[in-house]
Amino acid sequence: MRSARNRKKKWSFEHVLGLLILCLFSLLCIVPIWSVISIALSDEAMISQYGYSLIPRGITLDAFRYVMDSAGWQLAKAYGVTITTTAAGTVLSLVFMSMMAYALARPDFRWARIFGFLVYFTLLFNGGMVPGYMVVTRVLHLKDTLGALIFPYVIGAWNLLLMRTFFKGIPYELIEAAKIDGAGNFSIYLKVTVPLCKAAFATIGVLVALQYWNDWWLPLLYIDSNKLANLQYLLYRIMANIQAISEMAASGAVDVDFSNIPSETVRMAMCILAAGPMLVVFPFFQKFFAKGIMAGSIKG
Amino acid sequence: MTRKIQISDSKTRNNLSLFLMCVPALVFLLLFNYLPMFGAVVAFKRYSIAEGIWGSPWCGLQNFRFLFSTVDAWRITRNTILYNLTFIILNTMISLALAFALDGLKKKSGLKFFQTVNFFPHFLSWVVAGFMLYAFLQPQYGLLNRLLGLFGMEGVKWYMDASCWIVILPVMYVWKNAGYTSLIYYSGLLGIDSSIVEAARMDGANPRQVLFWVKLPELRPLIITMLLLAVGKIFYADFGLFYNLPRNIGILYETTDVIDTYVYRSLKITGDIGMGAAAGLYQSLLGFLLVMVTNTIVKKTEPDSALF
Repeated sequence: MRSARNRKKKWSFEHVLGLLILCLFSLLCIVPIWSVISIALSDEAMISQYGYSLIPRGITLDAFRYVMDSAGWQLAKAYGVTITTTAAGTVLSLVFMSMMAYALARPDFRWARIFGFLVYFTLLFNGGMVPGYMVVTRVLHLKDTLGALIFPYVIGAWNLLLMRTFFKGIPYELIEAAKIDGAGNFSIYLKVTVPLCKAAFATIGVLVALQYWNDWWLPLLYIDSNKLANLQYLLYRIMANIQAISEMAASGAVDVDFSNIPSETVRMAMCILAAGPMLVVFPFFQKFFAKGIMAGSIKG
Repeated sequence: MTRKIQISDSKTRNNLSLFLMCVPALVFLLLFNYLPMFGAVVAFKRYSIAEGIWGSPWCGLQNFRFLFSTVDAWRITRNTILYNLTFIILNTMISLALAFALDGLKKKSGLKFFQTVNFFPHFLSWVVAGFMLYAFLQPQYGLLNRLLGLFGMEGVKWYMDASCWIVILPVMYVWKNAGYTSLIYYSGLLGIDSSIVEAARMDGANPRQVLFWVKLPELRPLIITMLLLAVGKIFYADFGLFYNLPRNIGILYETTDVIDTYVYRSLKITGDIGMGAAAGLYQSLLGFLLVMVTNTIVKKTEPDSALF
């Protein structure tokens, strides 16, 4: 009886339509990445004859080999920059934001409201791109330094307020009890808030790390030297000009033939080599995102 | 008496130590958010590199007068607002459809698969998205022109034809964001009290009626909050989308240039600092006004959805 009812439900018009929408959208999400992989695996000669295709023609790893030979060193350096800024940025961001969020979540903190407003106000109004650029380059003198790739993103107002919402979930009695036991504010933060809100740290940590990992905006503004190009910026430059890859090669290996770059396949191979790790780890991070979304939808 | 002093003393100490924990974050906010607000005065100056922001001479509203005497001002304002409006409408509709479709799924495994796949573009940067789009739009070898060729149609030079970007940009925006937004709406749907839905079913409502007359009204505050957030940012364009996908190609500016890309070019390429700052301040002020006005209106009509 029950299964019969289920089967009847399964074929309702709404259900089929819903499934169709989901399948179509998923296809839209999968096909682009699939086509990039397919092009990177194709033979350059086949592409100039038939064009790109969803099934690679004349499967070969030539493009990847070419990237490794000619720009392998540059790629490794870009990985180094991206990993460094992501790690340093995420740690700084989590520590500084959580300390302030902890203070803002404390009902006995006299300036909680005014400081909370100071944070919130940055979401409503900003000075704009030009003055921001001036501050970083002319006041802080961060141009062409790693700092320019880290510091501007350390405090994100939205994330800080999200963290405060998480911290407000801790019953104040717990903090008061620790206070009566003689614990200072900082040690309450370390020993009560942090252990109780590990999920908050994981969620916001993933958000922040993704922002650093995917960033091409800060290097676009502040980095001129090849040395400090991160992965995304390297990709951006290759998209703007495929010759960039041979310029990189010119400063590295010597025995590469620049005259004949298999540019179509190499471009996509570079994209995969740079974005690949994200594709692999993404499913593991997705659940933290979902958590953040749920928490964010509860108003603080 | 002494007891009172002791209490107020410990209160001060309590506040002070909490304040100290705020200091690092406050320093960053000051440097990267508040200092640029004061630096925005550069919009009223004739900027010279040698003299810096404070040393450059004032020039009143000259930068603004210049900006609004060009056709650019109208073009970038129009593009920014119209694109954002299109994005808001399309994205809300499609992500609601996706959320309801996810909600209607019977099997947990399917739910997880679709969630993961639809969410995936959100994890990619616009630079990587630019590569993917290029695979489709490359004029000679691209997949889209090959598909047109299969139907015997002439290929289109996508990167030289401004008009087609009116469609491409919204599609790409939805592609990257709908999976994410749909998850927000889906979590809203999960939060609906199941007894309400059950009661409607008992009263004989069919699934479609439940959707339109029970679930959608229940989502209303969330939808309005999301719309409010998006409308408040209507003067801010997603720079990566408008810069990386059309690859900063000049012929396409008519339909791809927005306030943010314009400011970026004045800053980094044409070096017209005053004009860039003027456009930036124009954007910030309008955006601020808009948030205040919409929030005031929403506060009156839908107090549950107001932002502050």
